[in-house]
Amino acid sequence: MSKDGSAVFFTTKLDDFVSWGRKHSLWPYPFGTSCCGIEMMATLCSDYDMARFGAEAVRFSPKQADMMIVAGIVNTKMAPILRTVYEQMAEPKWVMSMGACASSGGIFNVYSVTQGIDTIIPVDVYVPGCPPSPEGVLHGLMSLQDMIQKGETRAQRREQALKRLNLFHPFKTSTAGEIKDAGYKAE
Amino acid sequence: MNKNSSAIEKHLGSLGQHYSVEHDPDDLWGDSRLIVNIGPTHPAMHGALRMVAKLNGETIEQSYCEFGFTHRAKEKLGENRTYHQFIVYTDRLNYCSALMNNVTYAMAVERLMGISVPERATWIRMIACELARVTDHLICVGINAVDLGAFSFFLYGFHQREDAYTLIEKLCGARLTTSYTRIGGLMNDAPTGWEDEVKDWVKKTRKIIDEMDSLLTGNKIWLQRTVGISAFSKEDCLKYSYSGPVARAAGIDVDLRRDDPMMFYNQVEFDVPVARNGDVFDRYLVRMEEIRQSLNIIQQCCERLKPGPIWADDKRTRIPEKALVHNTMEGLIHHFKFFMGGFEVPEGEAYTQMEAANGELAFYIVSKGGPKAHRMRIRGPSLYHFQGLSPMVKGEKIADMVAALGSINVIAGELDR
Amino acid sequence: MDINTPVTELYGSYFDKYSEIWKNQINTIQSKFSGAIEEVRFPREYPTDMPILYVKKESLIAVLEELKIAMGYNFLSDLTATDEEISPRFEMVYHLLSHENMARIRVKTRVNEGEDVPTATVLWMAANWPEREVYDMFGIKFSGHPHMRRILMDERWVGHPLRKDYPLRGYQLFPDTPAPKADLLEKSDR
Repeated sequence: MSKDGSAVFFTTKLDDFVSWGRKHSLWPYPFGTSCCGIEMMATLCSDYDMARFGAEAVRFSPKQADMMIVAGIVNTKMAPILRTVYEQMAEPKWVMSMGACASSGGIFNVYSVTQGIDTIIPVDVYVPGCPPSPEGVLHGLMSLQDMIQKGETRAQRREQALKRLNLFHPFKTSTAGEIKDAGYKAE
Repeated sequence: MNKNSSAIEKHLGSLGQHYSVEHDPDDLWGDSRLIVNIGPTHPAMHGALRMVAKLNGETIEQSYCEFGFTHRAKEKLGENRTYHQFIVYTDRLNYCSALMNNVTYAMAVERLMGISVPERATWIRMIACELARVTDHLICVGINAVDLGAFSFFLYGFHQREDAYTLIEKLCGARLTTSYTRIGGLMNDAPTGWEDEVKDWVKKTRKIIDEMDSLLTGNKIWLQRTVGISAFSKEDCLKYSYSGPVARAAGIDVDLRRDDPMMFYNQVEFDVPVARNGDVFDRYLVRMEEIRQSLNIIQQCCERLKPGPIWADDKRTRIPEKALVHNTMEGLIHHFKFFMGGFEVPEGEAYTQMEAANGELAFYIVSKGGPKAHRMRIRGPSLYHFQGLSPMVKGEKIADMVAALGSINVIAGELDR
Repeated sequence: MDINTPVTELYGSYFDKYSEIWKNQINTIQSKFSGAIEEVRFPREYPTDMPILYVKKESLIAVLEELKIAMGYNFLSDLTATDEEISPRFEMVYHLLSHENMARIRVKTRVNEGEDVPTATVLWMAANWPEREVYDMFGIKFSGHPHMRRILMDERWVGHPLRKDYPLRGYQLFPDTPAPKADLLEKSDR
């Protein structure tokens, strides 16, 4: 880094290389609850192969995955579980909200359904559809890859912000509370 | 200890050799028990189901199951949406065989209103139901195999499912959430040449099913993992209100298509497979044979399709033609009142059942006149099947619980509604 | 056919097959449990597809047992409730199926708010979870049930969603989830 903190040629190229590596090895954590889970299985199977994009190693433990695909409805009963699983994932982590029910509650505006998972966790890509066709899911995946390459995802922006505040720690997953203590004021 | 030895005796008396080690009560751990939460986000739990098991080593001594993680309040929505608007919610019930739910719901409302569906529409509905049954069975045995380690079996079945999805997409535009039936008929007619494509698919699927059969049915590993596991006897099945392939695997010779026929099932020939032991292997065999029988039914229905109307000409439930809507005042008003107010269903109550892929799927609709139902009760078979999981796996190992859960085909959409 | 079609033309298929059998069975039951049967609604006279027996709450289990053992209705198809908004408020509905001749029958019980219904788990273990669901959705308690607690909604939920006065969008949010209670397993379903 140069004296005023801005990135120089070598570190931007390094960032590009790291982003390239990250975007081509997204290991999904399938959080499939309902109908969208079937289309997610179809995307992972041989006809619409998601392994072509590097997302082959489907990991069923949040600590071993970096992209969580929330496919299906998230209830009032399921919401704390979703939050717990999200917090267990290691940085950098990305969330794809697949389907209408995950993005906004879908056709179910009822007492037991959370109207969108972005009320609970930060989301990077929203894939519309009920359920989205596997081509739609792949399009969402490719958009996420573009965002990772440009550094626009929430995880990467969090990383940059924490680096600017000198609070970045490579092993911690959550810095809730510390940002307030650092005296950071929003612009 | 007594429970363990009786479980061992139960297993050793069955066909396959099930190796189990007798638990020594004086060993290191004494009688400490481990409580394990096989939580809602678990790869072997289909959808979001939760099981808490009390383990003695690896043997499940006691367990309880919890669900409700995909509760979408469809019964409450049934009271707040008109009958036409509710069609969309029905195919999110058993989402592996969505067309069957649409057909059952349409049959239920038609029973309340006394509408008879034209012949071509009934034949296409039967083809749709059997297509849905084949896709559901393929996914059930496929996921069961994946849980036990046989991954390529699943890929064979899934490829045929993708071809079936292409057929369904040609028919009604959507792969999974079809919303194809309307009260009194169907949304649109099958495109020309669709029956021939279905017949080609049937021929190919027959060959693939034989290939899949040769992969697993005589396989020593599969036999060791499924024969004698979680056997549910005939009396237990009746006690827990089991229906469908799981009940037929235990010896209950009841199939609503043959014994209480709806639509034109009494005009097609098919056999009903019934097994004896009621274990995981028998359920697998019954499902594979039912796929073959469903392919026969689809073939017969395709041969008997004749051109004709596909929506009953009943002014209450059929929207007018677009030419009339755009050019006449009466057509416009009819269209407006249909979609804004809904049609009125006379007072009454009816319980309409259907042999779904999982068992007896039924809609109990209570109507007090008016455009919306007073009570829309959905009897999903998965609720009764999941209830019997706890007694089924008592005395089994955790790995056997995974096999049992895959074999009873619990679909979270139909369980939680 | 339109809305003025008389009810005798609707629900045709079951009536022709089973009306004699139903009549005999209902006569036998009425002679055996004379005080318990409040009302009988037969198809073609009422808009229903199978006969409905309105039974008093106290003799519900006796009537169900008679139907199950003596009349051959060995399969419990469904167990649910409806909210009628008149007094008594709820109606418990039991659907039975006979595997011999595929006849079906519907048994109903009128329950007021705050009253208990005897549990049907003594006859069919399958009634366990549907009764819990009826308690969760309507608030009707069942006396003698092995494990009466909520099944579909969260344990901290207040209110019973399927009642007519519960709003469709009645959201309830909880800040955290407590750990499951330790005594849950001891009193478990099995």
